[in-house]
Amino acid sequence: MIGVFSIGTEMASYSTNEFRSGLKIMLDGDPCAIIENEFVKPGKGQAFNRVKIRNLKTGRVLDKTFKSGDSVDAADVVDTEMQYLYSDGEFWHFMDPQSYEQQAADANAVGDARQWLKAQDNCEVTLYNGSPIGVTPPNFVELEISDTDPGLKGDTAQGGTKPATLETGAVVKVPLFLEIGELVKVDTRSGEYMSRVKK
Amino acid sequence: MNWQPSASLQVIRERARIYRQIRSFFNTRGCLEVETPVMASTTTTDVQIATIEVTGFEIPFYLQTSPEFAMKRLLAAGCGSIFQITHAFRQGEAGRLHHPEFSLLEWYRVGYDHHQLMDEMELLITTLCLRQCSFTRITYKDLFRQVMDLGVDEVTLEELRDHCAKSVPGTNAAEFDFDQCLDLLLGMVIAPTMQGYQFVYDYPLSQAALARVSEDDDSVAERFELFFDGIELANGFSELTDADEQRSRFEQDNAARAQKGLPQHAIDERLLAALESGLDDCAGVALGLDRLLMVLLELDSIDQVLTFTD
Repeated sequence: MIGVFSIGTEMASYSTNEFRSGLKIMLDGDPCAIIENEFVKPGKGQAFNRVKIRNLKTGRVLDKTFKSGDSVDAADVVDTEMQYLYSDGEFWHFMDPQSYEQQAADANAVGDARQWLKAQDNCEVTLYNGSPIGVTPPNFVELEISDTDPGLKGDTAQGGTKPATLETGAVVKVPLFLEIGELVKVDTRSGEYMSRVKK
Repeated sequence: MNWQPSASLQVIRERARIYRQIRSFFNTRGCLEVETPVMASTTTTDVQIATIEVTGFEIPFYLQTSPEFAMKRLLAAGCGSIFQITHAFRQGEAGRLHHPEFSLLEWYRVGYDHHQLMDEMELLITTLCLRQCSFTRITYKDLFRQVMDLGVDEVTLEELRDHCAKSVPGTNAAEFDFDQCLDLLLGMVIAPTMQGYQFVYDYPLSQAALARVSEDDDSVAERFELFFDGIELANGFSELTDADEQRSRFEQDNAARAQKGLPQHAIDERLLAALESGLDDCAGVALGLDRLLMVLLELDSIDQVLTFTD
């Protein structure tokens, strides 16, 4: 369903019966995303929507209960695919590959994603009122090992792992045989090593 | 293209089985099967129920939210005890336990009160379960006292809002009226603690709906609901048969609708005329068949018992 947009500068709003996961709404002045929505009506009385919501600024997850039929303001939040360019220490710079428009995200917006950011990789940048409030790295990244203990030759089958620092600063556990300078594939959602990548 | 039903074949066969048993149960007990329209020119004034309007006619028609008014007209016409399996429609009710179109069994027993009807429900559900089921009964007031140590008669609105804010974090309880607070607590705090088949009866007068006021305690109405593990399965009444009282409740509903900015609905004058002509004391109940199937088959979601949900 589509939100009820009123003409003019007034903010769009959503009624509880439009609630679904992924919907972006304003709550106590902050943009939030609905994670889960449950319709609760135990009998003939008032119905409620019990929702799990993520505050997109703080990342905190909270429970809210609305009377069914209540409306909330829509949040002007869009997720957009952007290319990561570089960091100047204070800001992380991204570019829209279509419009070449650039956005600068601060440390708060980049959060834990910073450890996976490699120039030229495409990320999802969440814009609130046109400014970045969140960055989601690609699910998989390929990064070079910049530091790790010397590898054990021939030990390709044994379990055993050791910490390795990657070119972006992330530290992941890798198999013992890997060496400095090798390329590895990592799942950014779990922070786990997936495989070695041939250069 | 996903054309397959959302219910399994086992569920589809189980529904057929319980429908056969329901019909046989009532046929042998002298209850007449009837059919009333699912579309009519009048609808409920109930503030909590949104009706689906059907356009394309000279006047608006409505998909029935319950067959109650039509069945009461049949009762007034002298049909005697009646039952019906039908579909009902409610706008905006969708979720794990709700679908805007749902199946229900509604029946009326002439000469019964709500306790006698609860007795018959126990018998019916035990028959459908194919095993012995145990049932408990508790009044609405005792339920709140037992679970929350809360006296529905004594508590003030402010105290009630405090209870809501404490028990259900993230709730704007300051905006809730008395009944909204009770509904919240029943739905989110009390229902999750309920176990097995449990009747809750004698609801506060403010939630009387179409039930008559109790002769023993004029602060409650002879309304009951049946829950299984906190899931509402049925709602019933010792029916209100007084036309004047019924008209005044419809008018109160419409006043509350106006206050909330909801559409007001024309009062069903044919129902009132039927009550005026005389309706014998009776009790009636609506049992949600989709949820009953869910409970019998231990399924989690109403989608699993519906053939298609679109």
